[in-house]
Amino acid sequence: MVTVRIIPCLDVKDGKVVKGIHFEDIRIAGDPVENASFYSKEGADELVFLDISATIEGRKTMVDVVKKVADVVFIPFTVGGGISTLSDIEILLSNGADKISINTSAVKKPDLITEGAKKFGSQCIVVAIDAKKIDEGRWEVYIESGKRPTGIDVLSWAKKVEDLGAGEILLTSIDKDGTQDGYDIELTRIVSESVKIPVIASGGAGKLEHLYEAIVKGKASAVLIASLLHFRILTIPQIKNYLKEKGINVRL
Amino acid sequence: MVGIIKYGAGNIYSVACAIKYLGKEFVLIEKPDMIDKVNFLILPGVGSFDSGIENLNKTEISEKIKNKIETGIPFLGICLGLQLLFEKSEEGEKKGFGILKGRVVKFKNRNLKIPHMGWNRVKIYKKSRIFDEIDDNSFFYFAHSYYAETNDEIILGKTKYDVDFPSIILKGNIVGVQFHPEKSGKVGLLFLKNFLEGKWLL
Repeated sequence: MVTVRIIPCLDVKDGKVVKGIHFEDIRIAGDPVENASFYSKEGADELVFLDISATIEGRKTMVDVVKKVADVVFIPFTVGGGISTLSDIEILLSNGADKISINTSAVKKPDLITEGAKKFGSQCIVVAIDAKKIDEGRWEVYIESGKRPTGIDVLSWAKKVEDLGAGEILLTSIDKDGTQDGYDIELTRIVSESVKIPVIASGGAGKLEHLYEAIVKGKASAVLIASLLHFRILTIPQIKNYLKEKGINVRL
Repeated sequence: MVGIIKYGAGNIYSVACAIKYLGKEFVLIEKPDMIDKVNFLILPGVGSFDSGIENLNKTEISEKIKNKIETGIPFLGICLGLQLLFEKSEEGEKKGFGILKGRVVKFKNRNLKIPHMGWNRVKIYKKSRIFDEIDDNSFFYFAHSYYAETNDEIILGKTKYDVDFPSIILKGNIVGVQFHPEKSGKVGLLFLKNFLEGKWLL
């Protein structure tokens, strides 16, 4: 059976990794290739690069990052951040990204999901959903890096993006993100159970048990991890060995 | 020289990177006559069945590919590149190359996630030198919703999802893989190396 995926997330700004592994060596600290190779060797199943550049110039450097990573890292990786047109998608994919992730632009132009899936295949269109809890069992979709509420219900949006042709959902709990007190299990489970496409749980990982919960209780197909890995609180082999002992199918 | 067929849009760069990493030369084939220069041919997996075959037919490259395969060139179809070798697919209306007998079908189990996305094992059914130094049940990376149903004689390996589906087939000079060797880490590179060394042909 297909294994649960462990996915490190690296934030990139103007071509440099700004949230990545805390290397003691400053020279390589911000290097996307060093970061990607490190995690690939450690056993990461995929990688996510989130471009947080604020300028067009900064974003352009992402294409170079993608190219350099693709040259030497042979595991799948997704690129997200600032993608708003078919041509943005095409440039990233043709330079070595395997998937792209869209968030704000998916909400503003849902056609982009459909057109992207038609042209490049569903498997490379990831829709990122930032969810904020508004009531028991209800979450609202936020866009623009979690700053702007949309009034859209997360569950109906998740179903809609699936219908529009998304191949995967990257689901982040805004409430849990950065807290390290666990993923929003209820959110993850409800979304995962209502769509056929895989759901990646994100936001809140603080210890091994949290990852187990997201997979078993939350039914996530994959877990996205940032700080826990970057600060070396946990390592990928540690995570995978733990999950394996708990009876979860992982790639070791 | 390894020819990588460029059709439609998508991640062809990764296949090229892997070939380059293995120290081989490659050329991206965009026009039919470019095929004459190469002695290995790779058809990567990009997009959907109908748009894939449409793009290939548009440039008349599909006839050229078929002819070249008939001459015995070592050929590797990856993901959709494997599926296009068959006659029909549930994904579309258009006819595939029809070089291999069988049809491409969708995963049907309602309880499983589709696409089948991630790392899964390939169980070896038939020995071949394409598996040199590759363990049975090794992990490869998959990203697909359809797979080929075909006769057992050409199936080298299978993978378990809702069914045991053929994940690698071999017939004469044709190899087809449902996984992405270019994205399957060390094992994937080893597989590509074996393909390019051509010992499996002997």
